[in-house]
Amino acid sequence: MSQKESLSERMKLKWKDMPIGGVMFEPGSTVEYRTGAWRVEKKPLIDQEKCIRCLICWIVCPDVSIERLPKSFKKYTESVEVDYEHCKGCGICAAECPVDAIEMVEESKIVP
Amino acid sequence: MYRKKGEFTAEGIIPYSGEGDTVTITGAAVCTQVGCAYTGDEAVAYAAKQSDVDVVAAYPITPQTIIVERFSEYVANGEVDTKFMAVESEHSAMSACVGSSLAGARVFTSTASQGLALMHEALYLASGLRSPIVMAVVNRALSAPINIHGDHSDMMGSRDCGWIQIYAENAQEAYDCTIQAFKIAEDTRVQLPVSVNLDGFFVSHATESMKVISDEAVTQFLPPRKPLFKVDPTEPISVGGMLLPEYYYEVKRQQEEALRLSKPVVSSIGKEYGELTGRRYGLMETYGLEDADAAIIALGSTCGTVRSVAKQLRAKGKKVGAIKLWVYRPFPIEEFLSSVEDLKALTVLDRAISFGAPYGALCSDIASALQNTGSDLKILNMIYGLGGRDIPTSTIEQVFENTLETAKTRKVSERIKFLDVRE
Repeated sequence: MSQKESLSERMKLKWKDMPIGGVMFEPGSTVEYRTGAWRVEKKPLIDQEKCIRCLICWIVCPDVSIERLPKSFKKYTESVEVDYEHCKGCGICAAECPVDAIEMVEESKIVP
Repeated sequence: MYRKKGEFTAEGIIPYSGEGDTVTITGAAVCTQVGCAYTGDEAVAYAAKQSDVDVVAAYPITPQTIIVERFSEYVANGEVDTKFMAVESEHSAMSACVGSSLAGARVFTSTASQGLALMHEALYLASGLRSPIVMAVVNRALSAPINIHGDHSDMMGSRDCGWIQIYAENAQEAYDCTIQAFKIAEDTRVQLPVSVNLDGFFVSHATESMKVISDEAVTQFLPPRKPLFKVDPTEPISVGGMLLPEYYYEVKRQQEEALRLSKPVVSSIGKEYGELTGRRYGLMETYGLEDADAAIIALGSTCGTVRSVAKQLRAKGKKVGAIKLWVYRPFPIEEFLSSVEDLKALTVLDRAISFGAPYGALCSDIASALQNTGSDLKILNMIYGLGGRDIPTSTIEQVFENTLETAKTRKVSERIKFLDVRE
């Protein structure tokens, strides 16, 4: 089940079906709560051409929103991308990137 | 995990049938009991000891101090196998209780007045996280002006915290209710915290003749807690997660239902306790209502005075009665309504002011319970005994006379009357 499907399934739960006291019996459910809509003004955009896969952005991101995806790109075997469903647009990744591969762009700009 | 309605039949109203004025004896006891002299506080501490609690986290405050003091003596003497946490405030006390309870422990604490007020936010954590904690609240006035004596301002200030709230009339009831409270709270159909209220000084510090049951009988009545779920590293769960608009409302709806459905559990446990000890409990107790025109309803120690005066007046041929609510939350609406069907006038005694409200808290509940029932019961509300001011039998007698007068004339002149305040 994808994240989206599982969340919408759970949203059908009625009060009598839910575990009492808001107890969560499965770990890692926070990822299903998509908080990317809290982002204001700008979002980070990673230029895959410039990116050297140093993963400094992955380390500094306070919201665990930098993803390492198994997509090969030129000489690299993975690509580093932003999880816009959780990124809050703080810009720390862009400020810390040693090769200026991350640009903070307008929210309306379409991500390729 | 969620229990449905209608699993029990309610037997909440218990007619008073005792001979004495303080101890309710309704049947023969089947367990060994020992007569003793305890103050209300000592009785509660002894009940907690016999209930074999795993954790006590508490902070002393007058007039509850003796409970914590006695219990810490039990711990120091090795008489109990309890982790005693001497915390630095009541806020920490309740927080530690919530954590321990979620880890599966049987938890006890106690507080009063400012201590309960300081706990306020953690009270909601306990009920929201469905932690079956038992807390003795030794009711005391709230500051300012500072005062250490008994009234109900403290618990009434936190009455919407989602706890089951039981009021004990005397040391015997404080003892009995504390033992029952663990069984009620930990019942997986309930799984809610319970406060056992006893009036500061009137009950907490007065030594009374009472009976305690044997340790074996308590263990038989109250087996070790079997939690529905617990925080356990071998089987991880998350508790206290953030539930935003998508889920919060449903969880609160569950909580309200659990509190309402705890009524039959309270009744059946009260009955079971009665079969064991001969002292029967339930949601409320009535006296003389079979033919009464006028009655008084109250909480806590005052109920004894009211019943005593009612008895004297009935001996003189006056048709008066008395109602004692053991369980204030969940409010026994149906049971209350059926008990007052033939009554003409009822005085509600409130030992706390609900500032700016139409009535005191208890009277507001009663007035709203009567709403839309077609009842023409006349309601008088009287505030009394704030900051530990005594309520003598002469005042209660006057209240009965006023209530009888209202039953006859059908007229209520004042919305709220302040009894025995210097005008």
